[in-house]
Amino acid sequence: MTSLATSLLLHAEEGAEHAVELSNGGLLAELAWLIPMVPLVLMFGVLFFGKRLPGKGWELAEFSMLFVAVYGVALFIANANTGIHYEGAIEIATVGSLVLEWGWMVDGLSIMMYTVIGVVGLAVFTYSKGYMEGDIRYTGFFANFTLFTAGMLVLVSAPNLLQLIVGWELVGVASYLLIGHYWEDHENNAAAIKAFITNKVADVGLLIGVIIIAVTVGSFRFSDVLEAIANADSGLIQVAFWAGLALFIGAMGKSAQFPFHVWLPDAMAGPTPVSSLMHAATMVTAGVYLLGRMFPLYQNELFAVDVKVIIIIVGALTLFLMGLIALVQDDIKKVLAYSTLSQLGYMTVAMGAGAYTAGLFHLFTHAFFKSLLFLAAGSVIHAVHSNNMSDMGGLRKYMPSTYWTFIIGSLALAGIFPLSGFWSKDEILASLRYDAGHGGGAVASVVLIVAIAGAFITALYMARAVYLTFFGEYKGEAHPHESPKIMTYPLIGLAVLAAVAGFSNMPGIFTGFTDWVGARIIVMGDHHAAAIDFLLAGAGLAAAAAGIAVGTRLWRRDRDTQQARDTFRIPVLYPLLERKYYIDDFYLRGIVNPTKGPIARAIDWSNTYVLDGVVNGVGAGAGLMARIVYHGIDQRGIDLAINAAAAATGQAGEQLRYTTTGRVQQYAWALFAGTILLVVGFLIFN
Amino acid sequence: MEFTDWIADARNIVFLVIGVAIIGSAIRVVTSPNVVHAALMLVVALGGSAGLFLMLGAEFVAWTVVLVYIGAVIVLFLFGIMITRAPTGRDSVQLDHARRWPAALVALAMFVTIAWATTVSFGDALIADRVVRAEDLGAVLFSRYVIPFEVVSFVLLAALIGGIVLARQDPER
Amino acid sequence: MIVNQFLVLAALLFSIGIYGVLVRRNAVLVLLSVELMLTAVNINLVAFGAFLQDELLAGQVFALFVIAVAAAEVGIGLAIVVLIFRNRSSANIDELNLLKW
Repeated sequence: MTSLATSLLLHAEEGAEHAVELSNGGLLAELAWLIPMVPLVLMFGVLFFGKRLPGKGWELAEFSMLFVAVYGVALFIANANTGIHYEGAIEIATVGSLVLEWGWMVDGLSIMMYTVIGVVGLAVFTYSKGYMEGDIRYTGFFANFTLFTAGMLVLVSAPNLLQLIVGWELVGVASYLLIGHYWEDHENNAAAIKAFITNKVADVGLLIGVIIIAVTVGSFRFSDVLEAIANADSGLIQVAFWAGLALFIGAMGKSAQFPFHVWLPDAMAGPTPVSSLMHAATMVTAGVYLLGRMFPLYQNELFAVDVKVIIIIVGALTLFLMGLIALVQDDIKKVLAYSTLSQLGYMTVAMGAGAYTAGLFHLFTHAFFKSLLFLAAGSVIHAVHSNNMSDMGGLRKYMPSTYWTFIIGSLALAGIFPLSGFWSKDEILASLRYDAGHGGGAVASVVLIVAIAGAFITALYMARAVYLTFFGEYKGEAHPHESPKIMTYPLIGLAVLAAVAGFSNMPGIFTGFTDWVGARIIVMGDHHAAAIDFLLAGAGLAAAAAGIAVGTRLWRRDRDTQQARDTFRIPVLYPLLERKYYIDDFYLRGIVNPTKGPIARAIDWSNTYVLDGVVNGVGAGAGLMARIVYHGIDQRGIDLAINAAAAATGQAGEQLRYTTTGRVQQYAWALFAGTILLVVGFLIFN
Repeated sequence: MEFTDWIADARNIVFLVIGVAIIGSAIRVVTSPNVVHAALMLVVALGGSAGLFLMLGAEFVAWTVVLVYIGAVIVLFLFGIMITRAPTGRDSVQLDHARRWPAALVALAMFVTIAWATTVSFGDALIADRVVRAEDLGAVLFSRYVIPFEVVSFVLLAALIGGIVLARQDPER
Repeated sequence: MIVNQFLVLAALLFSIGIYGVLVRRNAVLVLLSVELMLTAVNINLVAFGAFLQDELLAGQVFALFVIAVAAAEVGIGLAIVVLIFRNRSSANIDELNLLKW
């Protein structure tokens, strides 16, 4: 394997890794097929027997998550010790030269995902017992929820692209069911359909990419594809750009990158635990995971390296634009949703900058603090029976546990030292700076500035959310109360993880995460910082601190006013953000009814003010001429002829129109009788 | 060819049986006063046609007819019958037009025309035995005919979407 | 087996379908009759395919295409029938003359 690794063209000279001696993981890895299978099987258990069980199916779902969490952590520890790379597969069918396999992958990347999904899933499932209490579709919810997680585990455990698609679609279907959980409300239905359709559009990209790669390489297996890349397969080089682009489009759908982001904020229609899991560990991470899996395709200079520019630009756009929208949302879940979009932008940017570890590290830390924030927001919603921050305020006094955990999550998200967000965001900034000097060029430099500005915005909107929710006077109707223990304990557990997860990767001090995720046979050739870049860390921290300071200034002072967010009514920007850059409107009207869209309005405007002036001028001149022509030639000569022709046509039509009866069967009569007449005529005259 | 020679071939006896079944059930399809019975008679006619395909060595087509038509299309028809509350015999709603005889005349004329033309053209030409396996059909379908195949799949997709758009309840109502 | 026996049978089936299309009032029944006609066409296609010993199997391939298109046609046709029924509480096509002059 070492020869394979050295034959790779490495993009980053100082990031060059040496293929480490990897163990095969032993029995632990051989039995890892249980990870997706246990939830998948228990899902049916919940579905069929859930209602008869004392816990109404919750206990089965919870057990499946407990199993995944324990197994994931066990693998994580084993991986930290030795480094595991194992691929198991069972042959399902052979179609010609194509072998279909069901397999399971146990390597650094998938172990990290197993752990995150298991741990976050466990917390969220525990919390859901309290949150969903009394729901009419309680059992069905847990069946769907387990399917959702199982789908993600199938996706993550897939050692080949085909199985990845299976998991990908399972996640899509389950997300549809979960977003539409409260389907009595038409809007929730629409949101579920929107998520599904948007994802499907992007999935076409994934499918095309997979087909291109599979046809070129002749195998669906990741290991074969990566090997083809390592060997600089000439066939794959020719199609690499399009394959890479198509796969990235697929990733953009699931990871909700601009302009496919529209489904994610609407997906808030689902129950809050769903949002929590969807944003933290499952679904939206799938795209980033795919990019990580196929990373050498983008990183190797012979292959789809041009797509990286697209990736980094899309990521930067998502990062910045969606962060701004979060500033004007009133619904606390939507603030978090746009925040997720922005953070996914960070991950994508990192992938585009060639920083495999940095992107995945942000995925890792983000999973903890974002699930924490969502669960805390859910706890607030549970207490005040409203999603709107204008109905909240002052909850600090009523729900201390939720308050403190939310604060920890917010600080971690904002990237305050020494919480986890700081370390992962810093890693991304460092990668961008490195990329700017090593092939990324001016784009990477601009994106670096955007990313620092993004840190400021992140801190700003989280400060706003915290102040509007927990400070000031309570403005809602219901009587707020702290949530039950089954909901607060998961919050506390996640808060601890959100605080300490960052310590797993401190450049120059302890690079555990890099080594763990980096344990793989084929070297990725990415870059990661050797030591903390104090300038960048300072810049990121300063941006975050400035964000919090500005946020405090803006929203703490006006904490008592009903319309607190009005302080952000900047003339042009505010309506733009409020309408989400008109992207939804564009999709709706641009597709449904183009004539009513903004384009038409713009044309109308230019018609009224620009063209009309020209036209009127020309018209006045032409009018004079026309009058002469009209009276002389037109009225006397031409009109007569035309009128006569029109009258003749009109008369004929008046008579003939009665043959158009609108009755289909009379047409059928004419058709068949006519056919026979034609045949007979043909026979007679031939 | 004399009829006695023709009937001496055992397969032609099978053909006669199937043909009579097809024609008989087809006539019931167009005359039955009960819409559900008409749909079920169509199943018999289509099953008969699948039998003919088997006789002609077109195995895959035969099974496709069974699966797609008898399995899916007929179910669709039964749904259509239920949704539109079509008369199922007991009601006195007139299912046919009064113009039966002219229609029968047109149909008969069409039959005579076609049958006469084919008889004149092909006479006693025999069909050689050949069984086409699904594998051969698949190979040709995905090489020579792959573009028409894709076009047909687009037609199905369009029909799928069109069917949903047409039949769904207007959400604003 | 001679090829003409299949062709004549198909012609008979086709004519019965024509009769049904012309005589039936209920739209679902008209669609059923159309299916009879399509089946007749399929029998013709397959019979000619077997008769001509076509290497490219055009007869069978096109029979499959006809089946696919027929499935699409039934789907759309029934959707239209359902829509019409919803609007006019009747599926009788002789009561429909919206396409009239």
